[in-house]
Order: sequence, then C-alpha cells, then structure tokens
Amino acid sequence: MPQAKERAAALHAVTKRYGAVLAVDNLDLEVRRGEVLAVLGPNGAGKTTSISLLLGLLAPDAGRVELFGSAPTPAARRRIGAMLQVSYVPPTMRLEELVKLFGGYYDRPLAPGEALAAAGLADVSRRFAGQLSGGQKQRLMFALAICGRPDLVFLDEPTVGMDVEARRAFWTAIRGLAAEGRTVVLTTHYLEEADALADRIVVVNRGRVIAEGTPAEIKARSAGRRIRCVTRLSPAEVSALPGVTQVRRSGGFLEVLASRAEPAVLELLKRDPDLTDLEVTGAGLEEAFLALTETAQKEAA
Amino acid sequence: MNTSVAYANEARYELLRVARLPGFALPTILFPVMFYVFFGLVFGNRGGGPVHMPTYLLATYGTFGVIGPALFGFGVSLAVERGFGWLKLRRATPMPPSAYLLAKLFMAVVFAMLVAGILAGLGAAFGGVRLTAATWLSLLGALTVGCVPFCAMGLAIGAFAGPQSAPAVVNLLYLPMSLLSGLWMPLRVFPPLLQKVATFLPPYHLGEIALGSVGLSSSGEMTGHVLFLLAFGLACLGLAAIGLRRDQA
Repeated sequence: MPQAKERAAALHAVTKRYGAVLAVDNLDLEVRRGEVLAVLGPNGAGKTTSISLLLGLLAPDAGRVELFGSAPTPAARRRIGAMLQVSYVPPTMRLEELVKLFGGYYDRPLAPGEALAAAGLADVSRRFAGQLSGGQKQRLMFALAICGRPDLVFLDEPTVGMDVEARRAFWTAIRGLAAEGRTVVLTTHYLEEADALADRIVVVNRGRVIAEGTPAEIKARSAGRRIRCVTRLSPAEVSALPGVTQVRRSGGFLEVLASRAEPAVLELLKRDPDLTDLEVTGAGLEEAFLALTETAQKEAA
Repeated sequence: MNTSVAYANEARYELLRVARLPGFALPTILFPVMFYVFFGLVFGNRGGGPVHMPTYLLATYGTFGVIGPALFGFGVSLAVERGFGWLKLRRATPMPPSAYLLAKLFMAVVFAMLVAGILAGLGAAFGGVRLTAATWLSLLGALTVGCVPFCAMGLAIGAFAGPQSAPAVVNLLYLPMSLLSGLWMPLRVFPPLLQKVATFLPPYHLGEIALGSVGLSSSGEMTGHVLFLLAFGLACLGLAAIGLRRDQA
C-alpha cells in the first residue's frame, strides 16, 4: 500500500449494515492521488454506501474511514466535491445562486459562471432549478461538485439515465477534471464507462471487492476463462499453473481465472486425478463481470 | 472560507428560496391575516364587552401566525430536503450543519415577524388596538421569540416525517392544536374539559404569554408558560437529534 500522503482517501476494513443487510463487508478501498478510480458493480453492490462512508455521511459499524489523512469532517470536506444521486433541487433557486451557495463554503471557489460553463450550463445560469430538464439537473449537480475547486471529486452514478450522446459529453467533462490533476472517484454499473474513464477499476459486489486492476488488466482477465472445480489442490499450488491469473476458494469449489483454459485444465487433472465438478466458462467483458459477481454472491450465500 | 459570510449567505438564500415559494408564503401569511380580519376586525369589533376583542385576538391570531412559518418553513422544508437527498448533498460539502439549521431558524423568525407585524398594523389601523410603545414591543417580542420552540417542533417533524406526508402531518397538528389552544376563539367559550386539555398544548402557553403582554392573560402568571415552552422546545430538540442521527446510522 502506498504512503499515506499519496492517498486521497481510504476505507480500512469498513463494515456497514442496514438492519440485517450487510451493505459493505470488511471493505478495503484506497483512492490514490491524481487517479481516476472507477468503483464498478451492479445495483445494490455497496457502491453508494462506500461513497457515503468516504464522505462521512454514514458512520461505519466497524473499520476506519480516512479522508486526506484525517476523519471525514466538514473541514476535511473542504478539499472534496460530490455529485450524489439526488431527486430534488430547491425549485425556486437560480442556478448561479446555488453554485454561489455551495462555493461559499470553500476557500477559493470558481466563479459561478465558470462552474456552470464547465458543466455546459452557461446559458441557463439565471434559470430556476425547477425549470431544468433531467439532464440539466444532472449537469447542475456536476457544477455543484466542482465549484469549490476540490482536489478530490466523488461522482456517484453520474451518467445514470443519460442517453448515449449526453453520456459522451459528460465523459469529456470528467476527463477535463482528470487533466487538471484532480482525483476522481466514480461509481458506475457500466463497464464501458469505467473502461473509458478510469486509471484503475475496483469491482465490488455484495459489499466486497471482487476484482481490482487497470482497465487493461480487468479486460485481460475477462478475455480469459473461468475454471471451477472441486479439488484437493491448494490455491497457492494452482496459482503457479500456466496462464492462471487468479485463484480463489468459493464454498467447496476452487475458482480459477486463466488466460487459456486448456493448459490449466490439463495440469489440474494431472496433479489431481480425483478432481470433480469441472466447469469451464468463457467470459466476454459483460460475462466476466457477471461471473465475478456470481462468485461473490455464491460466497455470500 | 469566511465563516460569517457563509452563514449569512445561507440565511439569505434560504429566505429568498422560501419567499419565492407561493405555496409557502401565501398560506402562512394569508391565513392568519384573513382569520384576524374576519373574526378579529369584522366580527370582534362589534359590541362593547369587558375585553377589547381586536386586541385579544391580535395576541391569539398573532400566536397562530408565528407558529405557521415555524412548522411549515422549518418542518416541511426539512422533511422534503431530507427525504429527497438534498440534505445529504448539503452535508457532503464543507457546510457546518449549524449553518443549515440557523438559516432555517432565521427564515422562520423573519416570516413570523412579518406575520405579526402585518396583524399588528391591521389591528392598529382598523381594529382600534391602542397600545403603548413598550406594550407593542413586548407583544411583538413575545411572538417573535415564541416562534423559536415551534421551530424546534418543526425540526422534530422534519427529522421524522417523509417528504410527501410532512405537509399533512403539520396540518394535522397545527390546526387542531391551534383551535384547542384557544387561538381562534377565546378559551372561555369552550367547555371546562377542553379548557383543561388546552393547558397541555404548547400554543396555549404562547397564547397566554402574548395575552399577558397586553394585560389580557387569564392567569397573569407567566413563569409557568415560559417554562412549559422551554421544556417543550428542548424535548423537540432531543427528538430531532434522534431522528437526524438515524440518517447517519
């Protein structure tokens, strides 16, 4: 793990429950300075809860939350901006007023016009928030997230519900943030979005990290095969086999991700002739993601 | 960040936001004014009883009038902003939570002063309400300060009620409570049992303080009413703290 000062934010072994539901399960998550980190996962994976924990909006049941080296207090939040999933904006406030209101809590905020221009809303800055379309509201949320010139920007499902064109335009704005050297944490359930924007992807499901790597690594992994079997071989032994990229136990099964299935299966059978329940599945990007997701679900079950 | 500027900004925008809401400004100002004009000035002005009704009803409708902004302004707007995620977004900024709450308090108090001021102006102009400057000051002061424990009540409602149900909750508490506290018509026309019930209702106590400030309180003793409202306000704050903490748990 890098030095604390290279870290913008982190969850250390954080657990969060809602009643009987385990939303975040002993999760370690690290945000490195200057990176665009995508937290990828299906609905209900714990992405939004993770963001809320990092922002200090929720208190963890166990573990520690770190935001710029301290607890996520209002003072630490001076260096961050957040775009959350919000279904309401005060309808009688003008856009420029809202940006001024939010920017007023930061040390060197952008001029309201500047923040709105960055979000593509320069021509409607005098309009009331109640008059905005859904897409414009989303962009207003973006303007509010960046108006304080934050070092770290959280974007929780920023493009959900957008059409393809609007999404592409939004991606350009997010790339602009990265180009300015800001750290960006973005949650999404679109693989394509994570691939297009992120330096690093963390795949979560059921409140746990199930895969992590650069988009290239995640893609390489997903281009391979998933092998599942019951074997007496140890994970350490199997991970040394040809082409094997990842090994994990899942209930009574051993799950192996390999770039190619055949050499790995051959070796597996050679070393453990009693191996049973052999199953090989191929994985495209979507399938790999689903496979990773299912794995975690079966583990949790 | 200049803290005092940020607090002032928050308060100013909250006032502006609410002032532009016709659904808030109209009923909270119009209803007390309409009631007072109708019952206090048109009907209350007739006949020479021992009590000058326009003055009596200025105190009680004034009480009714300052509770409205507290419950609707504080309670309903908090319920809406909390329920639809706006409060969460605000909390994700460096904004100290006190700035948010003080802005709502400021807004409610300003509207309370506005309502009380309009009623006072109407009473003086058309109801023959004649008070010394000191009495005017103590009546308007009591109403303004008296709005605060009801802001705490609004805070508690806003901390628990859903965004859709909050207006109904507020109306279900505000209107019957006002009637039973003798804010719409003098308590002495009520049956004895209801008069007894009134003593458990917070608006009754603010009503008595307002009446006391113009020398028309039935009891004359103010300390009990003040203590009741103080305890009520603190209880509401405690309840609100529990409700708001749920959001972070």
